[in-house]
Amino acid sequence: MSKAKYAALPYLVWMVVFTIIPMLLILVFAFTTPDGGFTIKNISDVGKYTDVIMKSIWLAAIATAVCLLLGYPLAYILSRQSARSQQIGLMLIMLPMWMSFLLRTFAWMTLLEKTGVINRVLGMIGLGPFELINTSGAVVLGMVYNYLPFMILPLHSIMVKIDHSVIEAAQDLGAGSMKVFSKVVLPLSMPGISSGITMVFVPAVSTFIISKMLGGGSNLMIGDLIDMQFLGNAYNPHLGSAISLVLMVIVLLCMSVMNQFDDSEEMEGMLI
Amino acid sequence: MNDVLIDIKNAVVEFDGERVLNGLNLQIHDKEFVTFLGPSGCGKTTTLRIIGGFIEPLEGDIFFDGKRINALPPYKRAVNTVFQRYALFPHLNVYENIAFGLRLKKLPDREIASRVGEMLEMVNLRGFEKRGVGQLSGGQQQRVAIARALVNYPRVLLLDEPLGALDLKLRKEMQGELKRIQQAMEITFIYVTHDQEEALTMSDRVVVMKDGEIQQIGTPQDIYNEPVNAFVADFIGESNIIDGIMIHDFLVEFCGVRFECVDKGFGEMQRVDVVVRPEDVKVVSPEEGQLSGVVESILFKGVHYEITVGAHGFRWIIHSTLPQEVGSFVGLRVIPEDIQIMHKMEE
Repeated sequence: MSKAKYAALPYLVWMVVFTIIPMLLILVFAFTTPDGGFTIKNISDVGKYTDVIMKSIWLAAIATAVCLLLGYPLAYILSRQSARSQQIGLMLIMLPMWMSFLLRTFAWMTLLEKTGVINRVLGMIGLGPFELINTSGAVVLGMVYNYLPFMILPLHSIMVKIDHSVIEAAQDLGAGSMKVFSKVVLPLSMPGISSGITMVFVPAVSTFIISKMLGGGSNLMIGDLIDMQFLGNAYNPHLGSAISLVLMVIVLLCMSVMNQFDDSEEMEGMLI
Repeated sequence: MNDVLIDIKNAVVEFDGERVLNGLNLQIHDKEFVTFLGPSGCGKTTTLRIIGGFIEPLEGDIFFDGKRINALPPYKRAVNTVFQRYALFPHLNVYENIAFGLRLKKLPDREIASRVGEMLEMVNLRGFEKRGVGQLSGGQQQRVAIARALVNYPRVLLLDEPLGALDLKLRKEMQGELKRIQQAMEITFIYVTHDQEEALTMSDRVVVMKDGEIQQIGTPQDIYNEPVNAFVADFIGESNIIDGIMIHDFLVEFCGVRFECVDKGFGEMQRVDVVVRPEDVKVVSPEEGQLSGVVESILFKGVHYEITVGAHGFRWIIHSTLPQEVGSFVGLRVIPEDIQIMHKMEE
């Protein structure tokens, strides 16, 4: 027992060096001036970007909702297939993730451009050209495309655990397929829904590559703001840290709301 | 006997081209306790599932109260099921599990409360309303599953090996409980088990099945005392099954010795299976015995000793309240009434 504990030591060191210390550094940077004095000006300056923050949350929320609507039925249907079909299905879902994230997003640029594949095909039948790229829609599309697997996988892994006899029991007790879904499948898949939402919303709200490549200049997101403070012309790591800190708080708040929702479901009787 | 409630006519079920029910015919009466008994893969659960509506037979018909219900979905049938591993809803507490069916019927809250209360009373779970089902023991989960099914006042309750996961003592207790509940509710119970003792204890009628076919239907006494073939005899309790030849009516030869018996109507010199129950073989002195042999082993089983005696090329299993010494030479006697003669099974 006590010897087994030491196996966790490498990870512990890793976590302290690469997670805890950097987070403390962000905290320190966020509350200091370039010459080292304490300040809350960085934090209050974040307020200037409220519209960017709101827009980031809004776009990420739409993308998460679309992922849930697309992913939920797919995950459910997949979970009812034979083990072999499930394996193949999961592999197909993960297939795009084997390619570079940048490459995939770049591919969407060539599709959506004014002279891109979609506009050219539409042009052939006399439509367009449409303004597809550099819109909020393109950013949401990029998010859905890139993060959809992160919605499907946790949903699927929860759904395969739903015992088929529980569904039969509901039918037996008088539930048609709609009631089976709303009274049994949906509540039992809540943990998958909440982890799927977290897995999509968190990276989506902080992305900067997708908005940069597909959103043009007009769809700035929190991630782009932070990017600019560290790597761009606006170089100001103190403000960048403050924005990061605010983003972190937003994400934590969202997650705790999700968990709250999860807990209340469990209190209904899932105290296993 | 009451009216026929369920009538299964020539039902055929196949899974992946393999026949699991081979033209099954069965009538089940109102308010009776019927048990489907057989080894795994005999089709007993499949038969239960076509009654429950989870499987539609490939051929044949199933009538419920005179109406053909082949394709009627489970949620429209007047039957409820107690599933093998309970299948309780893990996200609901005991009360809501039991109330599930009533809530679907949109009954007023007060009626739901009174019916759930009545069921909790019946299964001795009063005070457990707010518990999560994961906190319950196996026996308690079993009771919730029974209450959840019965609260809908079904005409038929289907039970799929409901006691399989419980320990022996609890199983015995629940057997008595189930019988009491069936009599109190005055409804039909159809019970699936591979445990012959369970079947004999609770049932009005037992249906013994093998390879998708019914072997014998009868009261527990009929099945035990008058098995129709060696399979039934072997499955219902332990048996000595010996190759024999029917010399003529009332005389059979086995182990090279001729015995008087009470059976007739077999052809002369016909090869038959002879069945003798272990408790029907008496151990006597070698001189008094019709057969004689050496005691090979003895096991203490609580109520009785299980003794094996090698005699005339056959290992006899004998249940006796008196112990015998291993290696001793003994005689065996069987009275004519205890010799069952049956036709050889077609292989």
